[in-house]
Amino acid sequence: MKKKGFFKNEGVQSFIASIICILLGLLIGFIVLLFINPKGAGEAMLRIIQNFLKWNRSEKQIESLGNTLVKTAPLLMCSLSILFSYKVGLFNIGVAGQYVAGACAALIGVFGLHWNWVGCILLAAAAGAAFGVISGLLKAYCNVNEVISGIMLNWIALYSTNMILSSYTVAGRKDTPELASSVETAKAIIPNAGINKLFNGNKYVGLGIIIAIIFAFLVWILLSKTKFGYELKATGYNKNAAKYAGMAEKRNIVVTLGIAGLIAGIGASLLFLTDFSQWDINQTSVPAMGFNGIASAFLGGLNPIGAIFSSYFIQHITDGGSNVDLTMYCSQISDLISAIIIYLCSFTGLIRYLFKSGIFSKKKDRPEENANAEPEQPAPVETTAKGGNE
Amino acid sequence: MSLSFCVLAVVRRKRGIGLETQFAIEMLNITKKFPGIIANDNITLQLKKGEIHALLGENGAGKSTLMSVLFGLYQPEEGIIKKDGREVKIKDPNDANDLGIGMVHQHFKLVECFTVLDNIILGVEPVKNGLLQKKEAREKVKALSKKYGLNIEPDALIEDITVGMQQRTEILKMLYRDNEILIFDEPTAVLTPQEIKELMQIMKNLAAEGKSILFISHKLQEIMEVADRCTVLRKGKYIGTVETAKTTMQELSAMMVGRNVNFHVEKKESKPGDVILNVSNMTVASKVHKKNAVNNVSLQIRAGEIVCLAGIDGNGQTEFVYGLTGLEPLVSGKVELCGKDLTDSSIRKRSTSGMSHIPEDRHKHGLVLDYTLEDNMVLQRYFEPEFTNKAGFLKRKNIRDYAERLIKQYDVRSGQGPVTVTRSMSGGNQQKAIIAREIDKNPELLVAVQPTRGLDVGAIEYIHKQLVAQRDAGKAVLLVSLELDEVMDVPDRILVMYEGEIVGEFNPKETDQEELGLYMAGAKRKEVKA
Repeated sequence: MKKKGFFKNEGVQSFIASIICILLGLLIGFIVLLFINPKGAGEAMLRIIQNFLKWNRSEKQIESLGNTLVKTAPLLMCSLSILFSYKVGLFNIGVAGQYVAGACAALIGVFGLHWNWVGCILLAAAAGAAFGVISGLLKAYCNVNEVISGIMLNWIALYSTNMILSSYTVAGRKDTPELASSVETAKAIIPNAGINKLFNGNKYVGLGIIIAIIFAFLVWILLSKTKFGYELKATGYNKNAAKYAGMAEKRNIVVTLGIAGLIAGIGASLLFLTDFSQWDINQTSVPAMGFNGIASAFLGGLNPIGAIFSSYFIQHITDGGSNVDLTMYCSQISDLISAIIIYLCSFTGLIRYLFKSGIFSKKKDRPEENANAEPEQPAPVETTAKGGNE
Repeated sequence: MSLSFCVLAVVRRKRGIGLETQFAIEMLNITKKFPGIIANDNITLQLKKGEIHALLGENGAGKSTLMSVLFGLYQPEEGIIKKDGREVKIKDPNDANDLGIGMVHQHFKLVECFTVLDNIILGVEPVKNGLLQKKEAREKVKALSKKYGLNIEPDALIEDITVGMQQRTEILKMLYRDNEILIFDEPTAVLTPQEIKELMQIMKNLAAEGKSILFISHKLQEIMEVADRCTVLRKGKYIGTVETAKTTMQELSAMMVGRNVNFHVEKKESKPGDVILNVSNMTVASKVHKKNAVNNVSLQIRAGEIVCLAGIDGNGQTEFVYGLTGLEPLVSGKVELCGKDLTDSSIRKRSTSGMSHIPEDRHKHGLVLDYTLEDNMVLQRYFEPEFTNKAGFLKRKNIRDYAERLIKQYDVRSGQGPVTVTRSMSGGNQQKAIIAREIDKNPELLVAVQPTRGLDVGAIEYIHKQLVAQRDAGKAVLLVSLELDEVMDVPDRILVMYEGEIVGEFNPKETDQEELGLYMAGAKRKEVKA
């Protein structure tokens, strides 16, 4: 074993790359603010970075942090869904549709079937998985690219959901009712389990974030410790070699997208079963949660544990963006700025590539034989997720 | 900068600039470094006008890098390039073209659906008022073809002509551009023995007409036959330049490898036992054309014998192996291993029934390059109870121990042992890892497809020994090879495949390369009993 320098450690490089991306995103976001209205730029940027810290009372701060955490749970699940399929060589852009399907199923469980929260989560999981499996089957047996089928399914999921959930809305309202508004639906709210006490009694905070973090560890274990993960990664890196080694590579594609969909579906239920937000049946764009998951997965270095932190950060910025002073900026500014930051967050692949090609360190330890045998071999460039928040 | 000026000044003083020189191209004291490695360390190569000069070296010796420097793809840190005694700067391949340097690549750069003529004029099309003027070009091509004995039909489509003709098209491309310095990069790898002979003659004709030829190869026989001088590189260093008339193959190989190499495979008489593999009437569809790639092929392999499936690339050998190992479905036919019918079995079932497969393309099939060496070592066995517990978790410690044992036993060299990312290993060691994995499975049948492709003499010697050892241990070995030396040397029985059918069976002791070549090219065939 050769002793490696601190900066040559891949984990460290990943971490630094993420930090650089964040700083770059903040900088460019700031420049854009300066262009739009130089007077309020500093203040606005501060608001974005502060998020819940804008409150000067600590109870209020902690309560607001709770809100951010409630939304971090579904984002983390979307991000896990992305990175899980990415490890298997699939780009699950259908995560948004699987998320929507999960939301739809969870709310059917609530308003249609009057199930409790566990039942609703399981229903959401099944719906997300079903959407994932459709992409998987198309990919494995008809060679339809999962990106194309994923995007199409996103829209199918959105409009079907609007249609289905419109039967549960009160006449004249565009949102589904609050779960707490009736006894029959209140049992579907995910329990607080005492966690809300840590957040100044914020009633939305509960098991959701815990479930999401547990899933992060489960995905990590599945990918790195099990035979199943070994097969999935082999299929992702080189499906020809997987086939050669007798792995059922077609089945693996279907199972992978099924699991990815399951995770995304549960993610949606973790938000909609808290009562924090309701489904708007008039919405014409797929919720950004799924796409933000892409950025979060890359910012977290495609590591399930890293995704916990990157998801929190992205949600932090997104919530902070909504605090920008609207007398100085138009109302789209918060989305614009968080989109810029999130967009740059997905450039970690590029930064890591720069690391590898030695921009940041003068001495490089490329293995001898490799450099010798194929010096012109291009270094692999990560596919950076684009089209985050348009 | 100042350093290179210094070098320049010294060289100028020594050589006396402006004098008439006998060299067409000189690469003097070239040093090219890559991170962590010196690919070319002070290498000098002088190509005389009208000579055939061989450049010999193992894989990774720095031949490709040196040629890339000559073509302006890399800029050397030190050293200069001279054309006709005058120093030149080659910044990109266009500069090289302007200087009259042309190259026939190992893999041809031809447009398949264009005619020979179209391919030749591609990029230098004669145009008048925006219209192509092919007539002139055709005349020039015909004249060149006649002058050098290239024997080419300008209006044939590339996809319809033989590999040898395609290569001659590449040669004509250089001649059409009035190139004076012709580089051949491993030109014989894809040719039949007859075609190789023709090529050698063409090269001699070209040299006689004043062209200077650089011939990159690691085939010693060809170098001895055609080259006037030979420059040897080893591990990025310049070893020496010798006149082929005053040297031997033994000496050249010792220069190339740094030790004496045994060319001949030492083996005892084979003692074939029971039939291990029985393939009857196998037909496999082609992915490229409508005909069947493998047509009604039957063969048997017994325990304790090496059978070689020989032929020119693309005559159905690959598809036969795919059908045998389960990578492609059969149209019809039967595969039996030790009496067990495996015709419709999955790849996994075949593997666990005693079939090992060293695949043709180690990067496509043989390895997951981004996996560590230890993970690749268990690629065929990870699911066994030794490596996975009942709950589906991998037994990492057992995997590590197993990988360490194989690495030691088969001398697989890598930077960080079991945790080395396989992509960073050299081709030879990657191949050794595959061979270790497949042999250690203790198979009844070992299918080795071009197991020595692209490897240097030392590694080839090692792999041949392993195949013979398997045979001596009573296993059946199917060797698929394109290298005639290997075909003649390793097996106990040779089957020649031509256009998806077996056209001849030979005992290597009773045949020669000439005879095999005729069968491989389809000029002769005889009935073969299954």
